Amino acid sequence: MATAVSSGPAQLTDRLLAPAWTPSRVWWVLFGISGAGTLVLAGAVAYTVATGIGVWGNNIPVAWAYAIINFVWWIGIGHAGTFISAFLLLFHQRWRSSINRVAEAMTLFALVNAGLFPLLHLGRPWFFYWLIPYPTRMGVWPQFKSALPWDAAAVATYFTVSLLFWYLGLVPDLAAARDRAPGRTRRRVYGVFALGWRGSGRQWHQYRVAYLILAGLAAPLVISVHSIVSLDFAISQLPGWHSTIFPPYFVVGAIYSGFAMVLLLLIPIRRAFQLEDIITERHLDNMAKLLLAMAWMLIYSYVVETFMAWYSGNVYERYTYLVERPFGPYAWIFWGMLTANVVVPQLFWWRRLRVSPPVLFAASLLILAGMWTERFIIIVTSLNRGFLPSSWHFYVPTWVDWSILFGSVAFFFFLFFLFLRFVPMVAISELKQQRHEASTAAAAVAAR
Amino acid sequence: MKAGVLAEFASAEGLLEALAVLRRNGYRRLESYTPYPVEGADDRLGLGRSRLPWFIFGGGVLGAILGYGIQWYADVWDYPQSIGGRPVHAVAAFIPATFEATVLGAALVAFFGLFVALRLPELWHPVFEIEGFERASVDRFWVGVDARDRRFDDRKVTGLLEGLHALRVVPIAEDV
Repeated sequence: MATAVSSGPAQLTDRLLAPAWTPSRVWWVLFGISGAGTLVLAGAVAYTVATGIGVWGNNIPVAWAYAIINFVWWIGIGHAGTFISAFLLLFHQRWRSSINRVAEAMTLFALVNAGLFPLLHLGRPWFFYWLIPYPTRMGVWPQFKSALPWDAAAVATYFTVSLLFWYLGLVPDLAAARDRAPGRTRRRVYGVFALGWRGSGRQWHQYRVAYLILAGLAAPLVISVHSIVSLDFAISQLPGWHSTIFPPYFVVGAIYSGFAMVLLLLIPIRRAFQLEDIITERHLDNMAKLLLAMAWMLIYSYVVETFMAWYSGNVYERYTYLVERPFGPYAWIFWGMLTANVVVPQLFWWRRLRVSPPVLFAASLLILAGMWTERFIIIVTSLNRGFLPSSWHFYVPTWVDWSILFGSVAFFFFLFFLFLRFVPMVAISELKQQRHEASTAAAAVAAR
Repeated sequence: MKAGVLAEFASAEGLLEALAVLRRNGYRRLESYTPYPVEGADDRLGLGRSRLPWFIFGGGVLGAILGYGIQWYADVWDYPQSIGGRPVHAVAAFIPATFEATVLGAALVAFFGLFVALRLPELWHPVFEIEGFERASVDRFWVGVDARDRRFDDRKVTGLLEGLHALRVVPIAEDV
């Protein structure tokens, strides 16, 4: 049974677990709004499946449109979690402990949304399992020379590994939740999820090895997933897609949008739960710096991509990059994209702006919108004006497209609010370990 | 450990000192329970290198073989098709899915192998019966001496631990 304790680590534990015990009124309101949005998604999906994907705006020649834009966007957002958990762990960036749990959860929910779109885009989503190589009576197998099965393998693996990594990190904190939970039912539920974790020396010994190796496995996986997604485009012969820079370009864009989403979530959480001493100015500053660095890698990709189109001397390439995108029917989206992705992050050259929550919040929103429009530009402007001018077509999304997009955003937040309510949202045991090690280090310095 | 003596300490330093003293006194079957991994405890508990990495490596190799094998069987052996003039056995095209299968195999072994190695889930354990043990996941550090230790003697161990300024020393037995 939980007893009153006043020392440091116990207070820290109780504080970080408190949101799981009593929901605030704000939580109920937000949960209700995102729940209503989720119903919109469910309705639009049901309508699509019942009627057929003709209710969407895409058709030949723009056959991909919203389904794939949303897929690429969500999966890109899903990159930040594992990047923060795995890469920053391997590079001993200790500040990550305050934010990695939120980022990992965000990744999982983004991936759930991402997975929805290719399935719906199949037209007959109930046959999704044809993507899985299993022996059928038909004697037909998936064709692994196509990028689609690569995609299925990459996304399924990424989701599985992210889930395992997240859960493994949670186990010690679930044990703490079990031991601090008020009431028998909660103690039992958290007890089951904690799997009987005792925190014994033998357990920690093996646990640390497994956790580190999982991080090491997840790190190349992050790079591989969006690379493979980009191959969906790059191995085709369409101007605007057929480009060798695509894998790194997509990975950078993915991490960029993911960081923006992490900031978008962290800033209100920090305020609402009074976590300013845990998610400090330093965290905001570091995240903003990472955004700036990613922005410059992205700018480099934009420049190289455009330069190569000109340098190739290919008329179709030149037309797509130098005429269609900057001056074509979707030019306003193109320039909006450049403003959001290229101009906005330049704010982060100033430290004052890097640590200002309102500025970061607004910039993250713009960057997320900018990254969505980037995928719109890549997909729609390459498809709507093909090699044959007689088949040119101006693409317009329908209300179903919009409902599914905004519904998926609501669904994302719906899952995220559930996470905030039931799961320890900061890696408590890691944080305690760090505080302890920092104080021993300080004591060692003082002793000298 | 299912039976023996447990002692509660207020700090990680207290725990490390107790483990060192117990080791010096010849005790070998020791255990610690802490809210986070304590640097230096592994050596004092006499834990060697984990063998888990080898199993994870095996999982990766198995994943790679299975991943490539499935693609080869499906697209080269059982259902060959000529796509865009590419060879039927297109090695480069099989790499992405093989890579994913490798990582998946290794990750599954890392996760499930860990729980096999730790013999979890084990929702009930004798130590959970101790009043106040739940703080082992919050802010207390427990040291345990297993009753199966060759030098184990109830009173001696208790006396030793009490001398180390343990907050409490409690016996546990398998049939509580």
